[in-house]
Amino acid sequence: MNETWTALLYLAAAVCFIVALKALSSPRTARVGNLVGAAGAVVAVLVVLAAERPERLVWVLAAIAVGGAIGAVAAQRVAMTQMPQMVALFNGVGGAAGALVALLELPEGTSGEPAHLAVTAFTVLVGAVTFSGSLLTFAKLQELVTGRPLIFPGMRWVAAATVGGALATGVWVAATGSVPGAASLAVLALGIGLLLVLPVGGADVPIVISLLNAFSGITVAASGYVLGNTLLIVAGTLVGASGTLLTTMMAEAMGRSLPNILFGAFAGGSTLG
Amino acid sequence: MDGVALLTIFVLSVFVGYEVISKVSSTLHTPLMSGSNAISGIVLVGTIAVAAHTESTGIFVLELVAIVLATVNLVGGFVVTDRMLGMFRARARQSPPEDKGPQR
Repeated sequence: MNETWTALLYLAAAVCFIVALKALSSPRTARVGNLVGAAGAVVAVLVVLAAERPERLVWVLAAIAVGGAIGAVAAQRVAMTQMPQMVALFNGVGGAAGALVALLELPEGTSGEPAHLAVTAFTVLVGAVTFSGSLLTFAKLQELVTGRPLIFPGMRWVAAATVGGALATGVWVAATGSVPGAASLAVLALGIGLLLVLPVGGADVPIVISLLNAFSGITVAASGYVLGNTLLIVAGTLVGASGTLLTTMMAEAMGRSLPNILFGAFAGGSTLG
Repeated sequence: MDGVALLTIFVLSVFVGYEVISKVSSTLHTPLMSGSNAISGIVLVGTIAVAAHTESTGIFVLELVAIVLATVNLVGGFVVTDRMLGMFRARARQSPPEDKGPQR
């Protein structure tokens, strides 16, 4: 397939996503909107298969079949009351996929420009935070971990050190394109995700899931820049921007502010749990 | 495509994403979150593109893992959103008398 057709069909998929989000905002059109989004995704996947012509196509298709079966069965079987944690889990694996793509593209990418490498590092960072943070929100809602805010003495220093270490590692990766550097960045980011969600009380967890959903959108947008794929930039940014707005709206509906939800436990304020 | 063009697309998409859901009714917060989560599963396109041009078998295996993870997000996300919205409609259908009541 030639480049023009690929770009035009990606545009069609992007329009599907915009229409889907719009339709999901109104009760009458929401279900159709979701189907429009799914149709856009099917188009995009067929286009990338036709455009890139993977050499080991059978393996790629098998991986898609396995993932699709796991996703469909899990989504069908989950009890109505457990849907929020299911969304968190899906969101987490999506973030992991984004981080993994950026990490794996690093040794292959030939450009080596600092801007490109910086965005690669950013993708790994946000994707890994999304992954570990989402897994912990799942564990909290599933009551595998207590729903109460968890803080330990000196936590803010541990958090500051982890974030500082991640920023320093990120600069190192941006400067050198080091693969071990990016792998250690991923590990530090996993720690940040846990430290971000631990202090959040059970009742506030859905808002944090929404925030992590916005993060996964940002991960996708950044990976789109790394790979030079406009569809990923548009779709990821849509999710990142709408997810951020949705998070503030959800917090407002509960009469809470986002900084209070995330950092309230440190200040000694109780988060409803 | 050059960096400025990509930045333009990015900035315009921020505004579209912000505008397009600004009138969401509060009952739809959770399905909207779930639906937009499904859309971010489109990272599958990126995982396929990267897997298509790799030489090393070790990296290819990890890319297959990324494809599986992204597909779980994409397919599971749309299916779970559809179930949520189906529940929504069932609930709306159960209570038509109450809905019509105040209009008379």
